[in-house]
Amino acid sequence: MAIDPVINFMLLVFLVVMAFTILRLSGMLAMTIIFGLYSLLMAGLFMVMDAPDVAFTEAAVGSGVSTVLMLVTLSLTKTRHERHTRKIQWRPLLVVLLTGAALIYGIHDIANMGDTDAPAQQHVADRYISSGQQETGVPNLVTAVLASYRGFDTLGEVVVIFTAGIGIMLLLGRPCKKGRVEDDQTP
Amino acid sequence: MSMFVVAAVAILISMAMAVARAVLGPTVFDRILAVNMFGTKSVLLVAAFAFLSGRPDVLDIALLYSLLNFLGVVAALRLVERGEYFSDGPDVKGSANKEEST
Repeated sequence: MAIDPVINFMLLVFLVVMAFTILRLSGMLAMTIIFGLYSLLMAGLFMVMDAPDVAFTEAAVGSGVSTVLMLVTLSLTKTRHERHTRKIQWRPLLVVLLTGAALIYGIHDIANMGDTDAPAQQHVADRYISSGQQETGVPNLVTAVLASYRGFDTLGEVVVIFTAGIGIMLLLGRPCKKGRVEDDQTP
Repeated sequence: MSMFVVAAVAILISMAMAVARAVLGPTVFDRILAVNMFGTKSVLLVAAFAFLSGRPDVLDIALLYSLLNFLGVVAALRLVERGEYFSDGPDVKGSANKEEST
């Protein structure tokens, strides 16, 4: 069991390396590819942190769908990433550093992982665990909470994702040649 | 148990090498190959981790990873095949000139 911190540490180091790589790359395709890799790493990290359902979602949405979406967008648009000046811009850097400091300060208020005294565990978790199986008849507790106790919430999420899918299909699913001809006709 | 630890460490080392290639790689193909290899290694790592932590049902995630890895690489290669964004970094100017001449 002593391997867990090692895997965590290595995955986090990979994440930092990849973030800096994305910063200093200039090719859009390479950026997109490494973004996909970043999401895959993030999903692996979620899995090591004992959240397989979140890992599933991150791998499917972050690494699969959004990578393909960005690639399709790249192939439809002609924009190129312009190389900016290497001069350090102090004001944005200051804002970013302040935000990062505030976030790191906020870490102290987060409960430890697996802490039974955390506020999230105090509320209704006991009832879910003690009588969830009898009330819903679903063997998996996470599924019981998501699909039965928070059914309306999940329905709302599904509606949001469905709307997003329709929007993406409307934006990207057009026939390309027709659009280009129209662009040529308009001055 | 210890064999899984050794396997996980070996997989992590090869993952580090794949990351190095993805970071350094001069061309897009290097990066795509590195990402593909990294995806394969993460499938192996998930499998090793599943048996290490005594939860073989996590193997389903490894299956999903291998499917997504294949999908992403095919999508990236289809985009490269079109000729746009073929180059990477300093060569962007060269390909832009090529476009202007054609």
